[in-house]
Amino acid sequence: MHFLVFIEQRNGTIKKASLETLSAAAVLAKEPASPVEAVCLGTASGLDTLGAYGASKVYHVPDSRLDLYSSTAAVKAVTAVATEYGADVVFLPATSLGRDLAPLLAVRLDAGYAADVVSLALDEGGITAVRPVFAGKAFERVRIETPRQVYTLRPNVFPALTADNMSCPVVTFDAALSEEDFTARSVGTSIAASKLDVAEATIIVSGGRGMQGPEHWHYIEDLAGVLGAATGASRAAVDAGWRPHAEQVGQTGKTVSPNLYIACGISGAIQHLAGMSSAKVIVAINKDKDAPIFQAADYGIVGDVFEVLPALTDALKRHMGS
Amino acid sequence: MNIFVCISHVPDTTTKIIIGQDGKSIDRTEVTYILNPYDEFAIEAGLQWKESKGGEVTAVCVGSPEVKETIRKAFAMGVDKGIHIVTDSPFDSYGTARALADTLRERRPDVVFCGRQSIDYDGWQVPGMLAELLGMPAVTVVSSLELREDGTFTAERDIEGGKETIVSRLPALISAQKGLNNPRYPKLQGIMAAKKKPIEDVPAVQTPPRVRVLEMFKPPLKSGGRIVGEGAGAVPELVRLLHEEAKVI
Ligand SMILES: Cc1cc2nc3c(=O)[nH]c(=O)nc-3n(C[C@H](O)[C@H](O)[C@H](O)COP(=O)(O)OP(=O)(O)OC[C@H]3O[C@@H](n4cnc5c(N)ncnc54)[C@H](O)[C@@H]3O)c2cc1C
Ligand SMILES: Nc1ncnc2c1ncn2[C@@H]1O[C@H](COP(=O)(O)O)[C@@H](O)[C@H]1O
Repeated sequence: MHFLVFIEQRNGTIKKASLETLSAAAVLAKEPASPVEAVCLGTASGLDTLGAYGASKVYHVPDSRLDLYSSTAAVKAVTAVATEYGADVVFLPATSLGRDLAPLLAVRLDAGYAADVVSLALDEGGITAVRPVFAGKAFERVRIETPRQVYTLRPNVFPALTADNMSCPVVTFDAALSEEDFTARSVGTSIAASKLDVAEATIIVSGGRGMQGPEHWHYIEDLAGVLGAATGASRAAVDAGWRPHAEQVGQTGKTVSPNLYIACGISGAIQHLAGMSSAKVIVAINKDKDAPIFQAADYGIVGDVFEVLPALTDALKRHMGS
Repeated sequence: MNIFVCISHVPDTTTKIIIGQDGKSIDRTEVTYILNPYDEFAIEAGLQWKESKGGEVTAVCVGSPEVKETIRKAFAMGVDKGIHIVTDSPFDSYGTARALADTLRERRPDVVFCGRQSIDYDGWQVPGMLAELLGMPAVTVVSSLELREDGTFTAERDIEGGKETIVSRLPALISAQKGLNNPRYPKLQGIMAAKKKPIEDVPAVQTPPRVRVLEMFKPPLKSGGRIVGEGAGAVPELVRLLHEEAKVI
């Protein structure tokens, strides 16, 4: 089998989720040994360092029109690379870009597609993948039946593994794109520079209706600041207009899998749990000892957020300092 | 304007998921079905475009006979026509996209609206596959949209940490994210009219599944969950546990 991994760049910087995806492909490719190659579109630097994550070669399409995402052009370019180099299996990170591109690619390559995979295995029958369904209330193990296959891998689930400081060759690839290939194209992004997105964060501090108003969010932000965490919110807090929708965690918000999720004044409705129950460690702070969030949590404190949060922030400051 | 909205029929968000006898699918006996929440944004977008640009809105759904009730919900919101692509056995996402593409191609849509994802199998893939099969661009997870006279449009899509502004042109497929609009509630008049609107049945051509489910299972229950203590006094113990036991700080 021949593996190809899509490397996502934004502003020329390789996204961490792509390194995780490349590492996962490299682990899978060990037994039996299969070549793992990578493809990156647009201006990007440091592509030779992908060797350390398991790439044996990188195809780079340096066309600067691809610096910003264009689904129509990207699908053509990646299809061309995959076809020319005979890739059977294509992996992408399940980021907003990867999720947009993968279904298009699957159709072009006549490939089956499994989205948002959280675990992969390889046996005599081929690859099997586990993916959450019903918002994480169940999982399915699937096998793609077509010879060519496309997978997107959920961010923060597969570790990014650096073997050694091996560099790999970077080959320039001309995808022969014309202006007509850019029928849908990004003309710009607005990304709050300082803000860490919940979907990418390894620690999240989330607040719910129990925070009682936007003027109390400094409790959440202070704790997040100490931990280098992103701030999240329940739908109740978003619907009340206290927080932007981009912070909403849950069934109709974002699905997150951080190492640590701290839920403050959140009851733990099933639709909220749907978005965060795959967090590795969950802490709940709630004044109601019967709140359902305690069923999902690893550690709970029954108490008032306005009392517990400042104490926790202080204790962590001291802990980090020592 | 010839507007299509693809809608799906999914278990209610509060449904307790029980794995069925076959170990590969859910037990459907106690499940209540709803119109996929994201498809409400797609329907609303279609209705708004019809109201400002003229034309008609057709809802399309692939599935077993029960999905007709979901098409009627779309009628109640104001959708003009319905197409039910009839299947007995469930399709995978590719099969669904193929069935939709086969039906829509000859009807020459100006725009196809979808939801960001259906909340059952969380595929996030029917829209992109359908667009590709129809040979039109797909702009997905759209939270704001503006159409110009010349058929070009600007859409904002949600990305990590912010938004991305996409420029494209019709015909196109657009998948809706929360925030795009506020879906209208059906009025009594609409609910009455919904009963009379015709649903066209189209037989689906079976495509061999590309993805086979080997097994479905529930996530392991959290076992070690515990209350560390009450109030601020429990904080030092929590910090110790997070550091020494969970090793996350
Ligand atoms: C189709 C659908 C989709 C949905 N999608 C989502 C989603 O994506 N994300 C989501 O979060 N929800 C979603 N919901 C809503 C969900 O059902 C809940 O209504 C919501 O999660 C509740 O938010 P909450 O926990 O902040 O508020 P509440 O349920 O009101 O809980 C507030 C909690 O704060 C505690 N509290 C109050 N004061 C204090 C204090 N001083 N100190 C400590 N604790 C305190 C209370 O004990 C309570 O447990 C969805 C619902 C539907 C129907
Ligand atoms: N069976 C179906 N019939 C019609 N449209 C569907 C169907 N399944 C999915 N869709 C459309 O595709 C979107 C995304 O679904 P999915 O790819 O399954 O997550 C939905 O919001 C619908 O707009």
